[in-house]
Amino acid sequence: MIDRFVIPLLKILVVLNATLVGVTYMVLLERKVIAWAQSRLGPMRVGPYGVLQPVADAIKLMLKEDITPRKADRWVFTAAPIISMVPALIVYAVIPFGPTVRLFGHDVALSVTDINVGLLYIVSVASVGVYGIILAGYASNSKFPLLSSLRASAQLISYEVAVTLTLVSVILMSGTLSMIGIVNSQYNARVWFAFVQPMAFVIFFIGGLAETNRAPFDLPEAEQELTGGFHTEYSGMRFALFFLAEYANMIVVSSVATTLFFGGWLRPFPNVAVLHFLDIVPSWMWFLIKSFVFLYIFIWVRATLPRYRYDQLMRLGWKVLIPLAIANLVVTGIVKVILS
Amino acid sequence: MGEAIAFYTIAAFILGFAVLVVTTKDTVHSVLFLVLDFLFVAALYVMLGAQFLAVIQVLVYAGGIVVLYLFVVMLVNLKRPPEAHHDPHRRSKLGMALAAAVLLELAIIVASGYARAASPTVPAAAIPVSGNTEQVGWLLYTSYLIPFEIASMLLLVAMIGAIVLAKREL
Repeated sequence: MIDRFVIPLLKILVVLNATLVGVTYMVLLERKVIAWAQSRLGPMRVGPYGVLQPVADAIKLMLKEDITPRKADRWVFTAAPIISMVPALIVYAVIPFGPTVRLFGHDVALSVTDINVGLLYIVSVASVGVYGIILAGYASNSKFPLLSSLRASAQLISYEVAVTLTLVSVILMSGTLSMIGIVNSQYNARVWFAFVQPMAFVIFFIGGLAETNRAPFDLPEAEQELTGGFHTEYSGMRFALFFLAEYANMIVVSSVATTLFFGGWLRPFPNVAVLHFLDIVPSWMWFLIKSFVFLYIFIWVRATLPRYRYDQLMRLGWKVLIPLAIANLVVTGIVKVILS
Repeated sequence: MGEAIAFYTIAAFILGFAVLVVTTKDTVHSVLFLVLDFLFVAALYVMLGAQFLAVIQVLVYAGGIVVLYLFVVMLVNLKRPPEAHHDPHRRSKLGMALAAAVLLELAIIVASGYARAASPTVPAAAIPVSGNTEQVGWLLYTSYLIPFEIASMLLLVAMIGAIVLAKREL
């Protein structure tokens, strides 16, 4: 009874809440880091060093007037923010935060579930998230959101190909689609896959930046050309949902990069007995530290790089990343056949 | 019992959304109902224990192909008056006859499927790998290699055809 119902429900509760809190604080972190990069202070008024800023933001967004334009497609307009938020959240179901641990007399696996097609599940759920953006642009019945949503969806579809191809080379290395299985195979291989698949990792990360519509690939939100992007007509909490979905997707990309390429919850050099003292940091903490590094890089990139032009973006996706990903996949396959 | 309830609920949703796809006036809404329909078909696959197929169904159909449908629907002018949709050359009777023929064919297939013994399947022991995805892959590259290659050939031809159509001068 407890093992079948109570523990899974508690896990879902913890993961969802942790994600939502993480997402809101991601926004604060981004404002702070960019402020520091530009020699400013960032939010300082609400709470010490502005740590309560997300709370103030949430209250503000919920109290704002909720506007639906008269000419909008009402049902689709309402559904679009939900459609973009839900896939971003249900992906966390298969991400392993740690190995099975013993808590209060129960064996608890530190992931909501482990399905044998975990990695494909992430890819397919993420592919449904495109609808939120397309429909937001269409339903607003306004030209800038429509242009922006066409840009965004073309970008997402293009980079999805390259990203999925890099995942295939990781699957070739691990021989399993289960997220926990991939971490375990890195333990058995005695190396993080980022070091045997550096090309795949770089393509994955660039593709991840593009798929989350982040700088330098944030063309769907290019203010100079498109006013606000596909969410121009949205206000209040519905706008916030798009915003939160973007940050939730960033956390997803960071967690997947950690799991696939940097050994997930494993400490550095998990097979070296001399470094046993590193176990003082719990495994889930290692996972969070590694993911946090990627999230920081996301913000760092935004503070550093200028935006791509749209044709450059498409050329990079189709003429550079996809051929490189295919070449990487072929080489991985050949090497695997030779070694086996 | 629980399985039957789940099956009939999912089947009812599939049929309901399928009806909405063809009856809805707004084409974008129609495409959206198609997505929902595909998602429920994926749920049916999960019930059958075919997780790999379910995930691929969502990835390829719900997430990939229908996005292209949406693009096409959004880019063509749909804000025409209802009478513009009326086609004077429409052959309603021919369409009805064809639909009836397909229905009859399906009925015969279903009826003969019950009468005939189950088709011989590859025994699970003959497959040297375990796991849903591994077994699908094994079968595709052994017993069904030629159909699989022909299907990929067809897709390749379609891709080349699209490129030739899109680019006037190559």
